[in-house]
Parts: sequence; C-alpha cells; structure tokens
Amino acid sequence: MSDNFAAVGVLLIFAVALPVIMMLMPKLLAPNKPHAEKLTAYECGNEPLAKTAWRGFKSNYFMYAIVFTAFDVETVFLYPWALTFRKLGTFAFIEMFIFITILLVGFWYAWKEGALEWM
Amino acid sequence: MDALNKLPLNIAAAIRGLFGDPHSIWADLTMTVIGIILVIVLIVLAALILILLERKVGGWASQRPGPNRLGPRGWFQTIADALKLLGKEDVTPAEADRFIFKIAPMIVFALPMMTLAVIPYGMGMVPIDLDLGIIYYLAISAISTLALLMAGWGSNSNYSMLGGMRAVAQMISYEIPLIFSLLGVVMITQTFSLSKIVEAQSTIPFIVIQPLAFVIYFIAGIAEVNRAPFDLVEADQEIVAGPFTEYTGLRWGLFFLGEYGNMTATAALITTMFLGGWQGPGFLPGIVWFFLKVGIIIFLMMWIRWTFPRMRVDHLMGLAWKVLLPLSLLNVLLTGLGIYIYQYVLRIGG
Repeated sequence: MSDNFAAVGVLLIFAVALPVIMMLMPKLLAPNKPHAEKLTAYECGNEPLAKTAWRGFKSNYFMYAIVFTAFDVETVFLYPWALTFRKLGTFAFIEMFIFITILLVGFWYAWKEGALEWM
Repeated sequence: MDALNKLPLNIAAAIRGLFGDPHSIWADLTMTVIGIILVIVLIVLAALILILLERKVGGWASQRPGPNRLGPRGWFQTIADALKLLGKEDVTPAEADRFIFKIAPMIVFALPMMTLAVIPYGMGMVPIDLDLGIIYYLAISAISTLALLMAGWGSNSNYSMLGGMRAVAQMISYEIPLIFSLLGVVMITQTFSLSKIVEAQSTIPFIVIQPLAFVIYFIAGIAEVNRAPFDLVEADQEIVAGPFTEYTGLRWGLFFLGEYGNMTATAALITTMFLGGWQGPGFLPGIVWFFLKVGIIIFLMMWIRWTFPRMRVDHLMGLAWKVLLPLSLLNVLLTGLGIYIYQYVLRIGG
C-alpha cells in the first residue's frame, strides 16, 4: 500500500458509483406519476406564496462566514505547526502563540462589534 | 487472543498469496476493493442497526416500547422500512434546480464511505492507510455542509432554503472548535496518521491527557452531524424537515443512510483519537474493542438526543463561538505548555 492516494481514487469511484446504482432501483421499482399539484413546493398545504425561494439571506450568516474564513485559514497554519511542534522547540512555541494572540485580537474585535450575536 | 487479533491479517496475507507477486499492483488493488466493500457493508449494517437502536433508545428514554411488531421484538422494522422506501415515487419539484436537487443526497451518502475507509478498525486493519488521515477526514467531512446547502437551494422551497442556510451557519461554526480540538492530539503524537495515533495510545488513551479536547470534540461532533440538541437544521416543529422537505422515496433514504453513516464516522473518529481505537485489555480482539467503544459513543449521542431539548439558535451560535472556540484555543495552549514543560524543563521523553 505505497501509493495510498491511488486507493483513494478507487474509493472515489466506488463512492460515486454506489449512490448512482442505488438510485437506479426506484427507477425500476417505484411508480412515476407526476402531477402539477404534486410537483409544487411544500408549504403546509397553502399555495406557495412566491414562485421561488432563491432570495436574499440574513446578513448574520455573512458575518459568521467571514469570521469562519479567518479561523479556517488559521487552522491551515496550525496543523503543520502542531506536526513539528516538538522538533522546533522554544522558538516555534513562542512564535505560534504570538500568531494566535494576533488572531485573538481580531476575534475580540469581532465579538465587541457584535458580529457573533444572532439578531 | 493474539491469534484472533492476527486472523484478519492472515486472511489478507492469504488473499495476497493468491497472486504471483504478493505486492504487485493487482494484489494492492484487490485488497483495496475488498476493504472498500467491507466499509460499504459496515455502513449499510450500521444504518440498519442504528435506526432501530435509535427508536429503541427513544422508547426507553420516553418510557414506551418503541417498534415491537415486525419480527422478534420489532427487530425487522428497519428492513421493512428500507424495502418500503425502494417502492416509493421519486418526486422532483417542478421549480427545483434539478441537477443540484438530485445529486445532493448522493453526496451525503458518499461522504461517510470516504471517511470510514481511513479509520483503523484493528491491528493492521485499515482499508486505506493514509499518512494524512486526520486532514483527509476533516476535509471530506466538511463537504457535507455543501451537500446540505445544495439540498436546500436545489429544492427551491422556503423551508428547504431556511434549513440549508441554518446548516451552513451551524456547521461552519462548529467546524472551528472541532478542528482545533484535534490539534492537541497531533501535538502529542506528531503525526497525522490515524493508525499511528492509535499505536501511540497503547499505554494510555488520550481522553486522560486531553479530557477538554474530548468534550469539545464530542459536542462539536454532535453539532456537525446535526443531531439533537443541535438539530436546528431539520427542526421539525419550525421548518418541517429543513433541506429534506422536498425529498421522497429512496432519495430521502440516502440522506438518512448518510446521516447515520456520518454519526458512525464521528463516533469512529472519537474512538480513534481519544479512546485508544482498537487497543484494549487482551481478553477481546481489537476489532471487538473498537466497535464496543464506537457503540458506547453512539449510545451516548442517542441518549443526549432523547434527553435534551433543542437549543435556541442564538445560544447555539454563542456556544460555538464564545465557549467552545476559546476553550479549544486554551486546550492548544495548555497542551503546548504541558509538552514544553515535559520535554524541556523535566527533560523526559522527546
């Protein structure tokens, strides 16, 4: 098992193929009788008020997404650091905590400005 | 017991022996395919058993019998449900984005298959042994966020859209403490490989050294698979079934299978990272220990689901950002300090 990502490729083929094969089964077994009323979106029995649900979204989601991006990028730096932490010694140890402190300042600012409040 | 532990390895070696060169590419391919098929069997079995177990635990928690009609004590209920789903019509709403609507459940179903294939189930029993195991697991499991948003968006229904939005907000929020909580283990073991992490726990499981990380990962893991008390995504009383509202038949069943597969994968990763994986006292083979630990974690998740009420959405986001994230950073700091003192001040190990 030297080239394991080749195995991941094989796995990917299986992962794509299996759901497709599974979805062929209802094609063969299940009835298919589309009807205009049946194909409307479900809104607890009412006629859907709007033609489409693809509208704007709450700006809160956007704030969370921005803070998430900052921290997600941080994890990209933190994982290699954690991997070599014990070899790098004092320098890496202090440097990383400076890095985290800088990020925490940003986090504190986001918290103070209310980006983390759900309104 | 050693013989039982090595039995799967010996079977694997025997299958490899059937080929002229036991380390040729064809032997490798065959072993990979066998491993993948076993993983698929595991997911289907896990879903069948867990769905029944969930209802039984639910019955136990709310003092009612649970399913008890079909077969002995209702044990065949899930099989009947699965067969019924096969014969149900597959409805695609007229206004839906058809392609996205159709592939979203397939992605949800494919992900636990991808993640469970890198978990070490026993000594040398890793379907695909990756050096980047943790990174691979986190990267793949993060895609389920996208799949739920695709389901919500593709359905073009208000409830689905709300559910999809909630899914993204909740899952990206809990992903950060989830990822940070695993950092401590990586700092101790100095490897991303899941099988090496299990080997490092031969003397002591990491739950003893990293109790805080375990609790953070457990909470964030439940939130990542959208189970109660964090089931805002599919909160039945508010938004019908969230992203799954418009799905019918087997396509809805794929979501269900994927959900239970994801739950198994989360429990398997908790077992691997914190509970010592297949390591355990020698009177049981490793694979039995592994599934025993996974079972305990899953039972805990079900117990929590049937005990706690759903969280409010602002509390949910607050918990992720204002409690779990600082705590997980604190855990990284404490682990770093601990290793530093251990290695440079006391000069042990290293």
